[in-house]
Amino acid sequence: MLDKELRSMIGQVKDGRMDRRAFIKHMAAVGLTAPLANQILALGGVAMAEGASTYKPTKRGGGGALKLLWWQGPTLLNPHFATGTKDQDGARLFYEPLACWDPDGNMKLVLAAEIPSIQNGGLAADGKSVTWKLKPGVKWHDGTPFTADDVVFNWEYAKDPATSALTIATLRDITVEKVDDLTVRILFNKPTPFWADAFVGAPNTIIPKHLFQDYRGSKSREAPTNLSPVGTGPYKFVEFKPGDLVRGVINPDYHMPNRPYFDSVEMKGGGDAVSAARAVIQTGEYDFGWNIQVEDDVLLRLEKGGKGKTVYAVGGDTEFIALNFTDPNTEVDGERSSMKTKHPLFSDPAVRKALSLLIDRESVKKAIYGRAGRTTANFLNGPEKFVSKNTSWEFSIEKASKILDDAGWKPGADGIREKDGKKLKLLYQTSINGPRQKTQAIVKQACQKAGIDVELKSVVASVFFSSDVGNPDTYSKFYADMEMFQIPLSQPDPSQHMRRYLSTLVATKENKWQGTNFPRWVNKEYDATIQAADGEMDPVKRAALYIKANDLMYQDTVFIPVQHRLKVEAAANNLRPVVSGWANETDNLFDWYREE
Amino acid sequence: MSQYVLRRLLIAIPSLLGISVVLFVVLALAPGDPFSELATNPNVPPEVQAALRAKFGLDDPIHLRYLHWLNAMLQGDWGFSFVSRMNVDTLILQRLPATLYVIGSAQILALLIAIPVGVYAATKPYSLFDQIANTLAFVGFSLPTFFTGILFILIFSVTLDWLPFVYTTDIKATGIRWVLEMIRQAIMPVAVLGLFQAASMTRFVRSAMLDVIRLDYVTTARAKGLGQAKVIVKHVMRNAMIPVVTLIALQMPAVFGGAIVTEQIFRIPGIGSLLISSILSNDTPVVMAVTFVFACLVVLFNLIADVLYGWLDPRISLR
Repeated sequence: MLDKELRSMIGQVKDGRMDRRAFIKHMAAVGLTAPLANQILALGGVAMAEGASTYKPTKRGGGGALKLLWWQGPTLLNPHFATGTKDQDGARLFYEPLACWDPDGNMKLVLAAEIPSIQNGGLAADGKSVTWKLKPGVKWHDGTPFTADDVVFNWEYAKDPATSALTIATLRDITVEKVDDLTVRILFNKPTPFWADAFVGAPNTIIPKHLFQDYRGSKSREAPTNLSPVGTGPYKFVEFKPGDLVRGVINPDYHMPNRPYFDSVEMKGGGDAVSAARAVIQTGEYDFGWNIQVEDDVLLRLEKGGKGKTVYAVGGDTEFIALNFTDPNTEVDGERSSMKTKHPLFSDPAVRKALSLLIDRESVKKAIYGRAGRTTANFLNGPEKFVSKNTSWEFSIEKASKILDDAGWKPGADGIREKDGKKLKLLYQTSINGPRQKTQAIVKQACQKAGIDVELKSVVASVFFSSDVGNPDTYSKFYADMEMFQIPLSQPDPSQHMRRYLSTLVATKENKWQGTNFPRWVNKEYDATIQAADGEMDPVKRAALYIKANDLMYQDTVFIPVQHRLKVEAAANNLRPVVSGWANETDNLFDWYREE
Repeated sequence: MSQYVLRRLLIAIPSLLGISVVLFVVLALAPGDPFSELATNPNVPPEVQAALRAKFGLDDPIHLRYLHWLNAMLQGDWGFSFVSRMNVDTLILQRLPATLYVIGSAQILALLIAIPVGVYAATKPYSLFDQIANTLAFVGFSLPTFFTGILFILIFSVTLDWLPFVYTTDIKATGIRWVLEMIRQAIMPVAVLGLFQAASMTRFVRSAMLDVIRLDYVTTARAKGLGQAKVIVKHVMRNAMIPVVTLIALQMPAVFGGAIVTEQIFRIPGIGSLLISSILSNDTPVVMAVTFVFACLVVLFNLIADVLYGWLDPRISLR
């Protein structure tokens, strides 16, 4: 759709000359989904529509016990210390954010009374502040009222480096101030188009000031409430055994009407994904199984005549193969993959292009991911409005061979292509994980047919993803030619995700390989695009900038996307879970119920 | 006797110190760090990771870290888990009941099967009973627990729907129903572990009995006119039990942590599963504490075995 036309329609909705439904219909006519249309409106200055609720029960409680199976159980329950989503999931049973994300990526109110917008004065036009109104009458589980002081306290608590809160990244560059008891204002030091980060979603839930104020800074680990949370959520804390069990009972004073449905909740940890799927789908011992990363044909077999089914949620997680732009085999000043080198093979764009033609994404989907994957040509696969439509992918050994032939890479006596004495031999690494090793095998086979010799390497996940400076096998050192994994997109906005590949953030020995740009790709135009997007308040232009950034990566073949991965969960047939691809599994737990 | 025990305990100190140094160095040199999960989270900046490493002392040299650990351990501070941010001793104590209950029951089951079957088979070697017992024993210890565990689940949980296969520590029932539920959920893991242990133990008891049963003093006892039962129980078994006691005593520490696979399959929150999850998340203080506890148990049970020898066979003097 033309930019101008869209803008005039947004204007019409704003002035009330066109109603929301008509706008969404127009958008649907050109192939855009309703949630996307809603977000375009919101970012265009029309208040964001609140996510619709599908909750049916008409009274609180009476639903019995909800039994959740997390094959990696939470190991701590203070959201500021959560090292992984499992900890955030556990803490989210008791603690709540101001708002969360529904399955369509729409905002849903939790502790906030209204969604900030330009109309209601919540959003500053210059994008430098957001004001949240808090729901009145909310009480912590011990009866103390929830106020703006609690929100401000969370900011003070986490931004102190001595607390060593992991939420510091979200909170340190902002200022949070109390306007009155039920209003807080967040000030940004630069225009911030994506303002819904701090205090939104399961990673950013709010802890009570009155129980944590004596345990700030270096005393943070002594707080007794670290292990026995007192929150505002639908369930009250009962018991916690790290890695094994979290238990809660219904909060009879919960601030949302008719919620929650279940009388108690239990989150059991341990085991593996396959047996978790079995306990939910086949024997029905549990109601919900988290993160069921199991091959699709196993799931299909379990689902036959079972007591449960799989549930999918679309987010923006992309499994990709990254190409190394520096030489992993030459050491310069004690550093391999140094910025002072160029990759001997990938410096020829034809080789990168040929490789992208050799990844059989359809076969990977069919043989491995099944219903949990979608083929894609893009690195950035969501939210919908940021997804490029200018790209395409293809699997063709002939075309790849032709490109290599034309570029002068001729097969040698052993069938492996070579040029100027350099052989097309590549080292392809990833973490140890069933689907990844199978993908490696599919890629290797196709490459062999095109005359490229691929050596496979798999590294234990705890090493591959570690920040250990002494280990040569980490993904950030990238001592290989290509490597495959995924970086989760943890919020419905691409800004953090795309900023990683700025040329100033290259991982080098100097920054102890903590730079986030591990392919070591340098592109001035990309840098300029991302910097422009960071400060761009116009939503339509901003989306266009991220699409351009994605297309630049596509043109340079920095990443070869393998699969757009969906979240897979298992649920009992009569359970109605609400799971969003943009949020933790327990983020919408207050809306879960069981169909009688 | 008490002097002997005291001397043995004193000798144990240097060996435990040696073990702790080895454990600590191996763990410190092992790749990976506890904050690896943060690396793929684009929300966590690298500086925060670096600050955390510094805070938990991961950047100090090994010998300093070891001295810190030793000093704390001497004062009864077992360390602080990186991953759970709580004291290691609390974590271990939380896991202890499930381990003791399931693994202990399995061990008792194994003994209840192995001793009578082994003894009876030895009194009638190469009889039909002996042949059957031998065959079953071979089958038993040839099948690994992860295989029998999954087989049991498929038969008793999936097909017959009799038993649950997820172990829960908070059964919502009281009184007799609670006891029954506790037993019901432990049947499969106890059977899997117990039968596996019983298989090898039966073979062991049988051969120990056979060694003794042919000795002259047994013939003498029979010649005195003692009944078969009295000869076997009082004269043969008591002597045959010496190697069996050694085997069991040395197995005890393994029992505390050894059932890792079974704990994983049935989701039993025991020490074994704590150890494996701590290893996977590189939670060094927990791994260190658990392995060190195992080391202490090995030393302790060796001592207990030695004391038991003296009781079983007064000819063995403890000096």
